Amino acid sequence: MDLGSISLVAFFASLMVASTPILLAALGEMITERAGVLNLGVEGMMIIGAICGFAVAVESGSAVMGFIGAAVGGALLSMLFALLTQFLYATQVPSGLALTLVGVGLASFIGQPYVGESPPAVAKMAIPVLEHIPFFGPAMFQHDAMVYISILLTIAIWAFLKFTRGGLILRAVGENHDAAHALGYKVRLVRVMAIGFGGALAGLGGAYISLIRVPQWTDGITAGIGWIALAIVVFASWKPGRVLFGAYLFGGLTALQLNLQAANVPLLLVLPYLVMLSGVIFLAIAVAAGSWKKTLDVKPTLKTFAQFIGTGLVLLLIGVLTNYASGLDLLLLSSAPFVATIVVLVVISARSKGASNGPAMLGKIFQAH
Amino acid sequence: MTELLKLQGLTKAYPGVIANDDVGFSIAKGEVHALLGENGAGKSTLVKMIYGLTKPDSGTMTLHGETYVPTSPQAARAAGVAMVFQHFSLFEALNVAENVALGMENPPKMKDLAKSIRDVSQAYGLPLDPDRTVGDLSAGERQRVEIIRCLLQDPKLLIMDEPTSVLTPQEVEILFKTLRQLQSEGTSILYISHKLEEIRSLCDGATILRLGKVVGTCDPRTTSARDMAELMVGETLHIPTRDAKTSGAELLAIKDLNYAPKNPFGTRLKNLSLTVHAGEVLGIGGVAGNGQDELLSVLSGEARAQTGTVTLEGKEISKLGPNARRALGLLAAPEERLGHAAAPNMSLIENTALTAIIRKDLSKNSFINWTKTENFANDIIATFDVRTPSATAAARSLSGGNLQKFVIGREVMQDPKVLVVNQPTWGVDASAAASIRQALLDLAAGGAAVICISQDLDELMEISDHFAALNEGRLSTPRAAKGLSIDEIGLMMGGSDTASNTQTTEGVPA
Repeated sequence: MDLGSISLVAFFASLMVASTPILLAALGEMITERAGVLNLGVEGMMIIGAICGFAVAVESGSAVMGFIGAAVGGALLSMLFALLTQFLYATQVPSGLALTLVGVGLASFIGQPYVGESPPAVAKMAIPVLEHIPFFGPAMFQHDAMVYISILLTIAIWAFLKFTRGGLILRAVGENHDAAHALGYKVRLVRVMAIGFGGALAGLGGAYISLIRVPQWTDGITAGIGWIALAIVVFASWKPGRVLFGAYLFGGLTALQLNLQAANVPLLLVLPYLVMLSGVIFLAIAVAAGSWKKTLDVKPTLKTFAQFIGTGLVLLLIGVLTNYASGLDLLLLSSAPFVATIVVLVVISARSKGASNGPAMLGKIFQAH
Repeated sequence: MTELLKLQGLTKAYPGVIANDDVGFSIAKGEVHALLGENGAGKSTLVKMIYGLTKPDSGTMTLHGETYVPTSPQAARAAGVAMVFQHFSLFEALNVAENVALGMENPPKMKDLAKSIRDVSQAYGLPLDPDRTVGDLSAGERQRVEIIRCLLQDPKLLIMDEPTSVLTPQEVEILFKTLRQLQSEGTSILYISHKLEEIRSLCDGATILRLGKVVGTCDPRTTSARDMAELMVGETLHIPTRDAKTSGAELLAIKDLNYAPKNPFGTRLKNLSLTVHAGEVLGIGGVAGNGQDELLSVLSGEARAQTGTVTLEGKEISKLGPNARRALGLLAAPEERLGHAAAPNMSLIENTALTAIIRKDLSKNSFINWTKTENFANDIIATFDVRTPSATAAARSLSGGNLQKFVIGREVMQDPKVLVVNQPTWGVDASAAASIRQALLDLAAGGAAVICISQDLDELMEISDHFAALNEGRLSTPRAAKGLSIDEIGLMMGGSDTASNTQTTEGVPA
């Protein structure tokens, strides 16, 4: 057990790397869902992106070409989903599940010659000036370009949805496709484009795993990240800022888990304090936001705070009583990122009134008549 | 008056049906022109062609004397044709300004747009806040969003599809004032409605469609409503007849009911009491969304009320479910035909079994007697003139009017003691509506009690013995329907726009 061996700088740097593929895939799926299409094939599109990116990068020797190939590959696979759901009017849920099955199988097939190969290295792109800030520089500003691109994309997508006419039309299509059609908007075209965009971003996320995070090719390399991205979209209430938060929360917990494992520290020793610390941070944010907006619901805020502290105390008690048994800890370690991310996002979406409703047409079939 | 829009020989065929056959008429500048016809007469197909949503197979349109071939709604709007839809083409999660922007070609910046919305809404007496979310607006306010969306584009021709079906009488007056103002400014209006009295008071000309063909034109100001209706239907219209009623024993009573629906957008029923007697028809009016659905679900048994609030023939039934209530003789037909009153993908036979299995004794030891069920379904189809290829057709495949006849017929033919219906003739053509109303009256004449919830005031006045109105979950005290004035009804419905109108109206009884 050696808590001191965990470097905070390295931890934050690995957090950003772990979060980026989830963020990319979740952003793409969010756009697809805002247009009213539920594509459950994110995992399949990601893994196709991972192998396409890997193969193109290896063959061309260029990581940039690899990422382009990944986006194209993911988008192409998503067009299969578009064909099924938008032109043949197949139900979206089974079509999306089928897409995942096809993607995983196809990726394994394409990937066979590439097992054991190593992709071209991706250059780090340090941000001038900022990279020299102590602590924050090495943690945040010495990454590869995709990390920055994913964050810029979050902002761009937020602005697109909020301020542009294209974003308004996209939301309108997801909200009421019959009305959008009656006003003369091309519902199917908008949806096919949204599906394609979702596929391309999922592909980029997959390639980030196979080219940067791992970087090599093995079967099933995405390991369920696509499903997490799907869940994050829902629990983030289809809002870009919250998608970013959810992706980083999950990535952070994954990175924490790996660091703790490497340092041989039982999670239960750290987790109670982390949960209680989150409660304090939550309280601070709520009070700050409340005094800024001049409205603060004291009771529910205190209740949530108490829930955080209570959960922390229970975890502490469990740790003491079980004497940090290694079996329990293994279970916690592997499930913590999933459980914690979902719990936190559920709490957030339950607190915001009415805003957590998804696009009204989500998953519904549109047929022009 | 100069001619604005001229249609010549418009024909549009869909597989198996000719929706429009050689339709032609013209609309003058500044004219309010009515388009009349039953469901399926081809009105909406015609309007879709004018608005660029579908292309005619043959025929021509001219606008301002030039050939007009709209390929999309955008093109139609650019040419000065705007449309207010029957089922609002609004987006509930978006705010008013965003909704307006979606209906415009080149919307200005949101800030400027909000200002022009305020300006136009003031100029035409249609108060509206651009920042509000449409999901929070009443039906009348939603319609204003649609109208203002059109007005901002300075249309030459405004198409209105059944605009008054969701409005209180006072809101109708406000709308008509706006339309007359538009007319005086030179805007032409193509006005589609079933409500003949409205057309008589508003329109300068009328074209009547039947089965896709123009069957007549008339001046609605000088033609009687009955004559227009008969042109529409093509036969002498049957107006429901009723005998003088004798009030029987009390059948159903609700006492001091308070009910909070599970759906957060539902309306809470507050302190609601009513009684119906054998042979009585109680009409319940009110603008949509004021508790109609909740009242129906409390009566049908889909929602459970507090003990002691609902009684049938003196027997406590507040906590009984729909099937237990059916067994006792309380039946209901909800508003939503597909998905609530009938399962869309199941056949009419199966749908018959779903509600009639208890009263008609259609099963034995949990096995359904399909022969008996089919016979009963065929009975309903024959008695209520449901037009369907066979009883095995899926409910979804029937037209709205025919399915409605089936849904009402299915309940009526189970000999209920009390029947509750919500919007029994919504979207149903005139002759089918008349036969449904007659069936309800016959049922009451036979000694049953009928509660008819509806937004069609003419219908309620025609069949009700007593009338009450729902407003925000409260029910007004029922009053004898005979002799109620439209102002009194408006007050009972309690729309928020009533205050200014009714104070000046003389002789309003308290």
